Amino acid sequence: MDINELHAMAEQEQLRRKPHRIRYCTSAGCVSAGAIAVKDGLKAAVKDGKLDNEIEISSVGCMGLCARGPLVKVEPSEIFYENVTAEQAASVVSTCHGGATDAKVSDLEHPFWKLQQPIVLENRGRINPERIEEYVQVGGYQSLHKALTDMTPAEVVEEMKKSGLRGRGGGGYPTGLKWETVAKMPPGQKYVICNADEGDPGAFMDRSILESDPHRVLEGMAIAGYAVGATHGFVYTRAEYPLAIKHLQKAIKQAKKFEFLGSQIFGSGFDFKVDIRIGAGAFVCGEETALMHSIQGARGNPRPRPPYPAASGLWDCPTLINNVESFANVAPIVRNGGDWYASIGTEDSKGTKVFALTGKITNTGLIEVPMGTTLRQIVEEMGDGVPDGGVVKAVQTGGPSGGCVPADLLDTPVEYKSLLKLGAIMGSGGMIVMDEGTKMVEIARFYMEFCREETCGKCVPCRTGTVQLYELLDKISKGQGTAKDVEQLEKLSYMVKEMSLCGLGQTAPNPILSTLDYFKQEYLDLLQSPADLNGNKIEATANAPSA
Amino acid sequence: MSVVTLKIDGVDVAIAAGSSVMQAAQEASVEIPRLCYLEGLSTVGSCRLCVVEIAGINKLLPACTTEVREGMDVTTQSPKLQDYRRMVLELLFGEGNHVCAICVANGNCELQDMAIAVGMDHSRFPYRFPDRKADLSHTQFGIDHNRCILCTRCVRVCDEIEGAHVWDVSQRGEFCHITSGLDQPWGDVDACTACGKCVDACPTGAIFRKNDTTGEKVGDREKLEFLVKARENREWVR
Repeated sequence: MDINELHAMAEQEQLRRKPHRIRYCTSAGCVSAGAIAVKDGLKAAVKDGKLDNEIEISSVGCMGLCARGPLVKVEPSEIFYENVTAEQAASVVSTCHGGATDAKVSDLEHPFWKLQQPIVLENRGRINPERIEEYVQVGGYQSLHKALTDMTPAEVVEEMKKSGLRGRGGGGYPTGLKWETVAKMPPGQKYVICNADEGDPGAFMDRSILESDPHRVLEGMAIAGYAVGATHGFVYTRAEYPLAIKHLQKAIKQAKKFEFLGSQIFGSGFDFKVDIRIGAGAFVCGEETALMHSIQGARGNPRPRPPYPAASGLWDCPTLINNVESFANVAPIVRNGGDWYASIGTEDSKGTKVFALTGKITNTGLIEVPMGTTLRQIVEEMGDGVPDGGVVKAVQTGGPSGGCVPADLLDTPVEYKSLLKLGAIMGSGGMIVMDEGTKMVEIARFYMEFCREETCGKCVPCRTGTVQLYELLDKISKGQGTAKDVEQLEKLSYMVKEMSLCGLGQTAPNPILSTLDYFKQEYLDLLQSPADLNGNKIEATANAPSA
Repeated sequence: MSVVTLKIDGVDVAIAAGSSVMQAAQEASVEIPRLCYLEGLSTVGSCRLCVVEIAGINKLLPACTTEVREGMDVTTQSPKLQDYRRMVLELLFGEGNHVCAICVANGNCELQDMAIAVGMDHSRFPYRFPDRKADLSHTQFGIDHNRCILCTRCVRVCDEIEGAHVWDVSQRGEFCHITSGLDQPWGDVDACTACGKCVDACPTGAIFRKNDTTGEKVGDREKLEFLVKARENREWVR
């Protein structure tokens, strides 16, 4: 494969296309809303109308507005239809020839679409994830070609540093710096790992990216391999993501066939292969050292750092480990330059971030916004607020490692620094909206139950501390707690946070600490003898424990 | 080989580069509480008792897995560290079924020693009273999971010094336990050489000799050091 062949491949795909295309979403959200029946309806309508030569029915990855699935998009008119039913399928097909349909047209001027800036999700609704030709047609693998033929590995690293991209898995470590560290380790066996072990409840960014645009991740990994001097990559994902695994496997096979992976890619001296490793769904295996143990076939236990994976990782070799979303940002950065990427976002946080918007919100779905967008814009404008006129109480970011931001702080911009200051974290992108009916003690208890089940059990504070924290929360939420229990809850939270071995334990108490920060009165109201924040007793009749 | 100098609780120490803070503390005759650490075995940093404060680093770091650096200023005792260590001990006592009065290791138990060292006289957390088993299928030894604190010394001593790898950890979180062989009764594990190193390595009375009764188990920790020295340095001295 050389550049001419790449262009020819894109051209051929363009020529192959029929005048009209109807794309239906086949990601998990729309499928569970009935997308398969819609697909059958669309195909039947085309067949019945003998329109096979004019209209192509094609699947497409996640289009984002999961709340209104199944979504169908008609090209080239670029009209989106929401909540399409199998009965409406025929009329949607008829619109290609001036017909009318009663299917609801999506308002593309709505802030949900307008405030987005798709970079990672730029191919959303444009390509069939199972066909490499469509990825090439929208410019795929050109960044890899550019890196391999026009740039030295050091130049690629330089662009990544300039971009200001920070790790999208949640830690926020500068990606370029990580690449540089691995690149500067002595030559020899090195590895690239894509961490696709997404485990936060309510988060589905990585799954959507892998399901909808798997080649993009492979391209990013290959560029990373070239930049740091690695020839072997692993994607570590979980068995709960069967569709992502299927699409990824297909993508690797296709990329090998067209020689975007393999030896001497684009006629250069660079070889790169990618293998998939499937985890059994332990949350702790998303922690990088545990993840590497798991790839090596060992028990998925974390180990103390340093040494960091960049110095000694997989089989003690220097290893670059980045999240799916980080790798998905690589191709556009190489294509447009680091300065372009750095021009988006804020001083502290560059670029865009993908969020999975869930919970008590009208427009659940997947969004990509520039850093610096406020939580209020996301929740109230893009998400249309709580359904049925409810009121937002808090927004939870970062899953079990994150914290709750109360409604009066919703004007906080989405940035690593500003979220950390509030006791929440950027996290990998889960964003759960809670309404005024949500009991915050219950939320803390839910997350602690999760951590208690998911702790690996290696270090004492996390193994036993999470159990005791859960028991305390359980006692308080049942109305059996005392003021002393709340005090102990807080003390033990800080101990688990500071004493645990890995990130899981160090962040596990965050949901407790942030709810104690902003909603302490809710804890106190549940006590045997409720008190206000100053310790004055409240008459039990007025505030009887509700749980 | 280069040497670095550092301060431990104000005491100046010089030690070979690459050593751990724990080794440097030993050199300075400073006692740091520990349970999973055993000289001669690899370090895992899992009991978290040996955490220390290091000037300029805002995290608490375990002395056993942290490498010494030139000019380090280490504090091993502070009100916060003492409080946290005590909590670790309380969590450990609450997690298993530790009844000193009827334990083979009573009076010679490192868990007991540590509780005394950090001043833990009672637990502020409720006891969990887990339902745990004992395995007496081995002809010479027994393992009582009620007394296990999951320090994994037995796992490491068997794997790294005896080379048999009889032990490993099963399950996750609060259900973690030590297993022998392929989750078989200990007596059925062919790999076990009945060397007894796990008995000596065990800090509590979890692994014991069958003819020992209350307070009779005396772990011979020096034997392990002797073996390591003999293998690594060819010095056959005790």
